[in-house]
Amino acid sequence: MGVMKRVSLVFKAKANKALDRMEDPRETLDYSYQRQLEMLTKVRRGVADVATSRKRVELQMNQLQQSSNKLEDQARKALSMGREDLAREALGRRSSAQSQLTDLQAQYAQLQGEEEKLTVASQRLQAKVDAFRTRKETIKATYTAAEAQTRINEAFSGISEEMGDVGMAIQRAEDKTAQMQARAGAIDELLASGALDDAIGGRRDDIQAELDQMSATSDVEQELSRLRGEIENTAPKQLEGGQNGARNGSQAASQAPNAQSGQTQNQAQAPTQSAGLPEDGA
Amino acid sequence: MIVRILGEGQFRVDDEAAGDLNRLDAELEAAVERGDEPAFSAALHGLLAEVRAKGGAVPPDVLEPSELILPAEGSSMAEVRKLLSDDLLSDDGLIPG
Repeated sequence: MGVMKRVSLVFKAKANKALDRMEDPRETLDYSYQRQLEMLTKVRRGVADVATSRKRVELQMNQLQQSSNKLEDQARKALSMGREDLAREALGRRSSAQSQLTDLQAQYAQLQGEEEKLTVASQRLQAKVDAFRTRKETIKATYTAAEAQTRINEAFSGISEEMGDVGMAIQRAEDKTAQMQARAGAIDELLASGALDDAIGGRRDDIQAELDQMSATSDVEQELSRLRGEIENTAPKQLEGGQNGARNGSQAASQAPNAQSGQTQNQAQAPTQSAGLPEDGA
Repeated sequence: MIVRILGEGQFRVDDEAAGDLNRLDAELEAAVERGDEPAFSAALHGLLAEVRAKGGAVPPDVLEPSELILPAEGSSMAEVRKLLSDDLLSDDGLIPG
């Protein structure tokens, strides 16, 4: 026997088993109707649960996107300051955030699919329950218990199959939601641990700390060179004091460019970096 | 005849189409017996596509049981085995009475 037939027999057996338990066939109608209303409530709750879960994933996707953007900014800043090591670290974390994001996007699409299916299932069940209620009243009013049997069995089997289908759809959605919750929990932990970045948590992360430190150092260097400039402008007056002093002074001046060549390079790039700061603060 | 695709609803299919459906169903069953998941997925997908193509959706307020019932699109072999097992018939089984 084929799969299709066997599945339908399983459903029929289930319906028959429930019918057999009823002593008065008409009692079946009311009992079944109660079960249908319960199932309607359950499927609507299922739709709401999936929607809640979907919104949580949406929130996490936004957080991961923010992290990813921030890490890219940090990598750019680090590179502009000549710190390739720091830029690499930021890009490594960004890549990790991106892969989490891709994963979440796939899960999100699945949840959306489940939500749509459950919504349609809920509408279909509502239509069948309405039809059943009408049929139930007709059967009760028109037929004796004995006559009603066949009609009740038919209506009951039809609705029972739909209930089974909807019940499985709810189960499936619950399983997907549970998987999603577990994954969302893991990502929350990852975000909280700072393994990706703390743009969201508010705690300063190490990459940002180092960048801030570097820009502070760079500001100090700029101030130093400004002060040095001021001092050098006033220096000629002191030179008139004696030749020894002048010789020492010129030696110091000639050594300076060599010693500071590394810094000069950094300073040359500093404007790019400091231009970025106000934007970051805003 | 009415065919249900689980998770999608009921379709009314002409009896002439039954031959094609049975052939695809036989492929599906053979795949389950061999434990061949890729063949199973392909057969199920083909069977469902055939029902959707040849069948018309049954209005939602019709209360008729289906002659044939098909697993949902994307079901795994394990899910179908579970569907066919007796678990479903117990009171706390998948199919509520």
